[in-house]
Amino acid sequence: MPLIRLWTRKWNGMKGFFIIGEEVAQYDGAYKITRGLWKKYGDKRVIDTPITEMGFTGIATGAAMAGLRPICEFMTFNFAMQAIDQIINSAGKTFYMSAGRVNVPIVFRGPNGAAAGVAAQHSQCYGAWYAHCPGLKVISPYSSEDCKGLLKAAIRDPDPVVFLENEILYGVQFTMSDQALSKDFVLPIGKAKIERPGKHITLVAHSNAVDIALQGAKILAGQGIEAEVINLRSLRPLDTEAIAKSVAKTNHLITVEQGWPTCGIGAEILARIMETETFFHLDQPAVRITGADVPMPYAKTLELAALPQGKDVAAAVKKLLKVK
Amino acid sequence: MRVVICRIHLKLRDIEFRATFDGVYDYAVRILCTYKRTSIRAYYRLKLLLFPGAKTTWSEKIEFIKMKSYRPIPVYRVLDRQGNVINPAEDPKLPEDIVIKMYKSMSLLNNVDKILYESQRQGRISFYMTNYGEEASHIGSAAALNNEDIIYGQYREVGVLIWRGFTLQQLVDQCYGNKDDIGKGRQMPVHYGSKELNFITISSPLSTQMPQAVGSAYTLKNTNQVVVCYFGEGAASEGDAHAAFNFAATLDCPVVLFCRNNGYAISTPIKEQYKGDGIAARGPSYGIHTLRVDGNDVFAVYNATKLAKEYAIKENKPLEIIPHQMIVLPTDLPSEIKQWTTNDYPVMKLRYYIEKRGLWDEDKEKEWMKKSRNDILNAFNAGEKKLKPKWTEMFNDVYKDIPSNILKQQDYMNKHAPYNKYYYSDLGSNPDTG
Ligand SMILES: Cc1ncc(C[n+]2csc(CCOP(=O)(O)OP(=O)(O)O)c2C)c(N)n1
Ligand SMILES: [Mg+2]
Repeated sequence: MPLIRLWTRKWNGMKGFFIIGEEVAQYDGAYKITRGLWKKYGDKRVIDTPITEMGFTGIATGAAMAGLRPICEFMTFNFAMQAIDQIINSAGKTFYMSAGRVNVPIVFRGPNGAAAGVAAQHSQCYGAWYAHCPGLKVISPYSSEDCKGLLKAAIRDPDPVVFLENEILYGVQFTMSDQALSKDFVLPIGKAKIERPGKHITLVAHSNAVDIALQGAKILAGQGIEAEVINLRSLRPLDTEAIAKSVAKTNHLITVEQGWPTCGIGAEILARIMETETFFHLDQPAVRITGADVPMPYAKTLELAALPQGKDVAAAVKKLLKVK
Repeated sequence: MRVVICRIHLKLRDIEFRATFDGVYDYAVRILCTYKRTSIRAYYRLKLLLFPGAKTTWSEKIEFIKMKSYRPIPVYRVLDRQGNVINPAEDPKLPEDIVIKMYKSMSLLNNVDKILYESQRQGRISFYMTNYGEEASHIGSAAALNNEDIIYGQYREVGVLIWRGFTLQQLVDQCYGNKDDIGKGRQMPVHYGSKELNFITISSPLSTQMPQAVGSAYTLKNTNQVVVCYFGEGAASEGDAHAAFNFAATLDCPVVLFCRNNGYAISTPIKEQYKGDGIAARGPSYGIHTLRVDGNDVFAVYNATKLAKEYAIKENKPLEIIPHQMIVLPTDLPSEIKQWTTNDYPVMKLRYYIEKRGLWDEDKEKEWMKKSRNDILNAFNAGEKKLKPKWTEMFNDVYKDIPSNILKQQDYMNKHAPYNKYYYSDLGSNPDTG
């Protein structure tokens, strides 16, 4: 993850930025994402707080209203539920309610979605929760390149951005292009990326599910099916255009996500496709692949079964394409 | 009464200054008291009515109330560092079998930790929380209650469970999520729970148990039961803690809010967690009777909990107990765990005491250590080998009436399982299924 390097490089010249959260300073963050920051920047820029998510989220939101640029870290997004009123009702709505006079330049970030072996209360995806709310921008990065380019964009954005990282992906190494490694690299919020081009079916995913879709695509490639994998990168704004373009080419659509099915990101994409011209491009009804509709089990085998795998994607694609 | 009003009018005409309502009322009350020859107390009682929500007096001097305006709340203790009872009147004079049970339970905890913490480090289980240093808090409080009292824990209260009769095997089975885990392997390790023992299942998000405990206590009014809610001093910063304190007081609930203050929340020290005279000082400000006790002194915790329970039942009122550990270690950095060499280690303190009472000696200690280590090792070996819960459990406890799509999957499994006897026996599932 380039997050850490990003901080250290960028912060020197920037004004008003600080990171706040539980254990972000001396302990380097619950997942060591802020490693070394406190040593380098000290107490003014890296602030440990008492255990009150609602409290430090409110404090960060207030600081943003007053013109600073806080980055508010949650140990995991599961604990952001304690603070969700500040995120949605205050950070998300103040610009509107103040008739455009008070903007809230803040980033809420931390690991989101299923981790491993931490069961029901620590393994859920909040992508759909936040994407539901006008006033928020929601980013769900997949690769190192995504993280670097989009975190930078999020930090520079004048509005509240929810930045949903993934604990499993923290441990994954990605190769980065020269372009992504350059100092000025930044990605636009709201634009998806084609991770793998293909012509037979479109697979749309975000975060760790991109990896699942890619695995599925790899299996399929061996059987002569070329799946196009779209990495959404942003959940709000959602790049409907990129999906529409792809479907116009492939005429088939499957969404892949680790979150629950009901009112999920896949549900939203399918609805949008129904509402537009793109519907007429589909040769088969579009399908969602999601996490199982249950709280996350603790047992390893069940945990695995509760999340879609590459082979599930491959099977669903073959079923849709009516390939044996 | 007419006379009084008359006089006020007179006075008012004479004096031109501050003819405010307050002044008039103040004067009226004073005169009324003189007239009726009432006592000073009555005078104040009448005056106290003046302030909505506060029973106090006037002051004409501007002055901050500072942290130092009050004496810090003292720490109650029974034993000194060498295990001597300081004030004989405070000796709970517990019978031999109880004191020995206390000592055994406390020292057993450490052995449980060693095995299960090592399991976590080796990746056999995904999570663990140690109980080191909390022994007196757990056992002292548990011994003063009975199993009908309802316990809400945070995650570091294994001693309470052990005291109530939860077996070592049950602890291991939960951590391994095997077929005998009463939680059916649904929860992370150390998220114990037992309906039989009135121990509510541990929940991960901090402090959510606190208002829930108060809610449970509300239903126990006018019974002989209380609710005891354990929480860390770090968890006390959550908004839910405030809600719990305020509702406990305003709804008069028989709940004991028990704050295990061990000085750290992961790596955050108390000086960054709160200011002032700590969580104990919050009690009285919410209108809750409070005891601050030595968390390394099992008898102090015992006496405090006993008194708190009696009071809670008699008065239908909440209580706050804050055991402080005198020596603190970062509790989530178990690599730093080392044996306390000082007498403040709660288990040592009690050991000095029982040795002085002639109830314990080196031989007994050796024998007990050997037995307790063996007991936990046996439980561990058995627990690790056990099968996982039977696959049929997979379909339970989410829907009361199972929807058709899940029924279909259940049907597949029913057909599939008999052909894969190695993985799915009638007794349970083989952990190698992945
Ligand atoms: C709402 C919420 N925020 C954060 C956490 C992560 N967390 C788990 S334990 C812990 C520290 C708690 O410290 P304290 O209450 O003092 O208890 P101790 O571990 O010292 O017994 C934190 C921050 C959590 N479980 N829930
Ligand atoms: Mg603590």
